[in-house]
Amino acid sequence: MSVTKRNEEPAKKAVKESAGAPPVGLIPIYVMGKRYEVPEGLTLMKAMEHAGYKFIRGCGCRGGTCGACGTVYRKPGDYRLQVALACQKTVEPDMHISQIPFFPANRAVFEFDRLTAAPEEVFKLYPELFRCVACNACTKACPQGIEVMDAVSALKQGNIAGAAEIAFECIQCGLCTSRCFGELMQYHMFQLARRIYGARIAPRAEHLAGMTEAIADGRYEEFLDRLQGMSEDELKELYREREIEPVTAGEDWTPEDKAYL
Amino acid sequence: MQLAYYPGCTLKTKARNLEEPAVASLEALGFRLEEIDRWNCCGAVYSLADDDLIHQVAPVRNLIRVKEQGNDRVVILCSFCLNALKRANLLMKGDVEKRDTLNRFMDEEPDYGGEVKVLHLLEVLRDEIGWENLAAKVGQPLRGLKLAPYYGCTLLRPREVAIDDVENPTVLQEFLGALGATPVFFPESTRCCGSYQVVSNPGDIPGYARDILGSAVMNGAEGLVLTCPLCDYDLGKGQDELVKKEGFKGIPLFYFTQLLALALGLNPGVAHFELNYGSPEAFLRERGLLS
Repeated sequence: MSVTKRNEEPAKKAVKESAGAPPVGLIPIYVMGKRYEVPEGLTLMKAMEHAGYKFIRGCGCRGGTCGACGTVYRKPGDYRLQVALACQKTVEPDMHISQIPFFPANRAVFEFDRLTAAPEEVFKLYPELFRCVACNACTKACPQGIEVMDAVSALKQGNIAGAAEIAFECIQCGLCTSRCFGELMQYHMFQLARRIYGARIAPRAEHLAGMTEAIADGRYEEFLDRLQGMSEDELKELYREREIEPVTAGEDWTPEDKAYL
Repeated sequence: MQLAYYPGCTLKTKARNLEEPAVASLEALGFRLEEIDRWNCCGAVYSLADDDLIHQVAPVRNLIRVKEQGNDRVVILCSFCLNALKRANLLMKGDVEKRDTLNRFMDEEPDYGGEVKVLHLLEVLRDEIGWENLAAKVGQPLRGLKLAPYYGCTLLRPREVAIDDVENPTVLQEFLGALGATPVFFPESTRCCGSYQVVSNPGDIPGYARDILGSAVMNGAEGLVLTCPLCDYDLGKGQDELVKKEGFKGIPLFYFTQLLALALGLNPGVAHFELNYGSPEAFLRERGLLS
């Protein structure tokens, strides 16, 4: 990948400083307004660490699932604010970035056992829901690509299951809430919707009830006792000899030893 | 025949007794109300401030959904939704500067210029099906039922979005006539129910109900016919208080779609009379229209 003209001068300077490093591959980025030169191909998070930042918060799984590293950025010539997870997005020349690892939003307190699946439960706990003006800024701010406004609309329409499904991949980074014109706290509302959906609306898995009952009745006690009684070497041996599902196995694959099923 | 349909939030929660009988009745009349995808709140109250464009985004976005899903018109049941969408549509059609501002703000949506026609269900019944055709489909005429048609505000005001004559509307009278009922004229039929004013002044609720329902009863009405969930709430709550505190006898409140389903002879379960104010089930049973 070629380096932009604008970058040539600072890149040369970097060469001088780091004695013999190749002159290609460094690009300028701006972290909270300050210019840094970082290697191409780094994620925003690694680029910030390269620039000297140390994360003691705002950094969790580094795998795009924990929602701790929500980041906003802008690129020259584009009026739109863009969003990403710092651990997922790679740096681009001249981007201005700022991490927003946490965004304050009130979370309603409720007694879950008393909640029903009635739409009014959500209305009562989060009356801010009705401040939505359908501006869609939340959707534009979602690094997960969720149609956030559609999920808000579903809640207004009393469709808790719909909201839970639309917002299923929400990782609660809070960027939607940071951009909301109506001061809604979308990510907390969606969590409530998913909890109500899971406990009150989604069909029960009957086999799960049977299995937990079997476990409570001591289905695995004997196996666990045997494991606990083993020496370290015996455990290692057992682990090495374990039967592994082949990569090519079909859906109907079952192990040779069916004692634990 | 398929009609793009915008329900509105209240029809999915409190006013299922307005929506469900409408969908079933239209089906029986050979029309399918096809709910548009990804609709949002209509904005509830059309914003009158000239520069308050952010509150036009919600209604306009719904009109964009209607158009982008390949429709040139949309049918609405709720008077408030109708009013908000119809007025926003006029804005997009008539005001080039505001249209441009709104289109640029919604940069993720296709541009919109007021191309969709916004219709109330009563207009479909009147102009496309026709009262004679409707009357011919009636299997259980509401004979002998003296019903007062109540229009409220948002079906008729302002004039540029009215579905009928602003001062002397007749569409509900004609509708009731086609169903075999006897429409009762009463002077308060286009008066305001109190609208959202009652939220900040709940003490005013019984006053509106006393004037409107009292006038209907005095003119011989046995029931009131509504098109709007907010009218239903204000007048229903008001009547409950009048019954409790002033010994008012009380009359059942009906959505026009419930009467349509009843007259077409559909399963009365679709009408959800149990959600109404004023115990319509007992009344209808007494009149031999419900078993």
